[in-house]
Amino acid sequence: MIGYIPVYKKLIPVTLVLSLLLFISMLLGLTIGSSGDTGAAWKLWLGQGEPDATLEVIIWQLRWPRVLLAATVGASLSLGGLVFQALLRNPLAEPYILGVSGGSAVGAILGILAGFSLFPGLTLSSFVGSLAVLLLVLLLSKRKEGNSDSLLLGGVMVNAFCGAIIMFLISVSKTAQMQKIIFWLMGDLSSAGADSLPLLLGVLPCFLLIFILAQPLNLLLTGRESASAMGVNVAAVMLVLLLTASLMVSLTVCLSGLIGFVGLTVPHILRMLLGSDHRILIPACILTGASYLVLCDLLSRSRPSQGEMSVGSVTALVGAPLFIGLLWRGRR
Amino acid sequence: MSLIEVRGVTLQYDSLPVIKNVSVDVEQGEFFVIIGPNGAGKTTLLKALAGLHPLFEGDIQVRQRPIGDYSRKELARTLALVPQQINADFPFTVVETVLMGRYPHLGLLAVESKKDLQLAEQAMEFTEIAHLAGRRLGQLSGGERQRVIIARAVCQQSKILLLDEPTASLDPAHQLRIMDLMERLRQREKITIVMVSHDLNLASAYADRLLLLKDGAVEKVGTPRQVLTQKLLSQSYGCTLLVDENPLLGTPRVSLVSEKVASTIDSEPIRNAPISNERDDL
Repeated sequence: MIGYIPVYKKLIPVTLVLSLLLFISMLLGLTIGSSGDTGAAWKLWLGQGEPDATLEVIIWQLRWPRVLLAATVGASLSLGGLVFQALLRNPLAEPYILGVSGGSAVGAILGILAGFSLFPGLTLSSFVGSLAVLLLVLLLSKRKEGNSDSLLLGGVMVNAFCGAIIMFLISVSKTAQMQKIIFWLMGDLSSAGADSLPLLLGVLPCFLLIFILAQPLNLLLTGRESASAMGVNVAAVMLVLLLTASLMVSLTVCLSGLIGFVGLTVPHILRMLLGSDHRILIPACILTGASYLVLCDLLSRSRPSQGEMSVGSVTALVGAPLFIGLLWRGRR
Repeated sequence: MSLIEVRGVTLQYDSLPVIKNVSVDVEQGEFFVIIGPNGAGKTTLLKALAGLHPLFEGDIQVRQRPIGDYSRKELARTLALVPQQINADFPFTVVETVLMGRYPHLGLLAVESKKDLQLAEQAMEFTEIAHLAGRRLGQLSGGERQRVIIARAVCQQSKILLLDEPTASLDPAHQLRIMDLMERLRQREKITIVMVSHDLNLASAYADRLLLLKDGAVEKVGTPRQVLTQKLLSQSYGCTLLVDENPLLGTPRVSLVSEKVASTIDSEPIRNAPISNERDDL
């Protein structure tokens, strides 16, 4: 049939190409850095040259957890953005813009102040924070059906509010805790360590669950009622998607703080390239989001010769202009 | 035994009754049209038939089985709903949209087989949209988009088709095209058609039987000749409607008469009927 490639024929090449992209990004992430010679790292990789114990430590104990964290966070944020965009039927929705990340950060900070450990206390309090904001956003979207700008404005306000709460919490907290808290606002990946890796595994079942719900999500996008009439249990699908998406977001916020715009940039580019079928978009988003944040992180830690800038700045430098561009195009 | 049996159904919307104690049967292979003024509850009744509106009282049976006993997918394989519009914010292509009709027939991952693709192709040819396959929904005209929604329902292969004003906002040629399509579906595929319509003349020309709803209650059920009478229509709609015979078909023909003209003819005291509360179909 003209103009249509069946899903199964499209999924495999797309996944292969994007997996290759992820592999290359991770390889770059492991071999390039501010300390150590890149050429030597490549030689080490290829089994040539002198064995270098220091370099091996840098690669496997410093860079590897960080690359892995970047990949997982990137994948989760992109997929979270894709799901929010679909559920709210707004291509500009994104965990950070909607304030869901902010709510999650407030929850996490309260958790830190209460002295919770990373798992389960901190993760849970952060999850509750993101759910609370999501609920608010959903109520907002129900009240003003069709007016998508008010939803985004609401999200921006929630974000500002959360930022203010975070500032307040910083001002009343003791200095030792403050270091930990400031990191939420900047959004960076430098805290990656071996202890955070098991938590990352938590997002894998979320990925799977969302992929299984891809076609119901497609149907949902053409209208809730018609999806229901075609056999989709709309309430159940929406609930599961909202819970898994906010769980993913809060997990990543716990580990990396507030990284914005990834969930906007990646799904948008993929939708332009691959169309709207979520059975393709979901795996594509996971792989591309992972590559994207690994590369952004690489940029953030290697460009300025004196130290690092936060990865959140890099993603915002790319994402915010894109957001404005999309808003501009939508207005016309 | 009838295909669809509606028994004493009352439906509420925001705890207000919009359908009151309605009982009606739809027979196998029938072209059944629901008419009535705005706010009479036509669309709500149609949604209840599709299992999308909770029954407050009464019972709806499809093939002698209560509608609540069906699983969502089972019901979708039995009856297909053609909504007035579908959302086109996300740019699905025509063929992707039509293929969605296969969802109730697919397994967990909903990956379509070659056979599903063939069915979609047939449905698109049948509704004359095959040439639009690769286009995005947002790029289509109203008539084309309506045919895409119908193609999706055809692809769903349900034997009962529920349509909500499929000809609204279409020009006469496209209205006829949709109605003829329905008639072909009924004859070729033995599909039962239940349609909500505001167009009394189309209803008169195509329907086997009509249900006239007013204020959520059954005003009359019967053939176009029985339902489309000047007195009944004028009373129900609260305006003067002239009914004579279509010279070509012999079916009732309904004409609108402006208030100014109506005041000059002294037919029945037909304009006394109060205009029902102006409210959009819920």
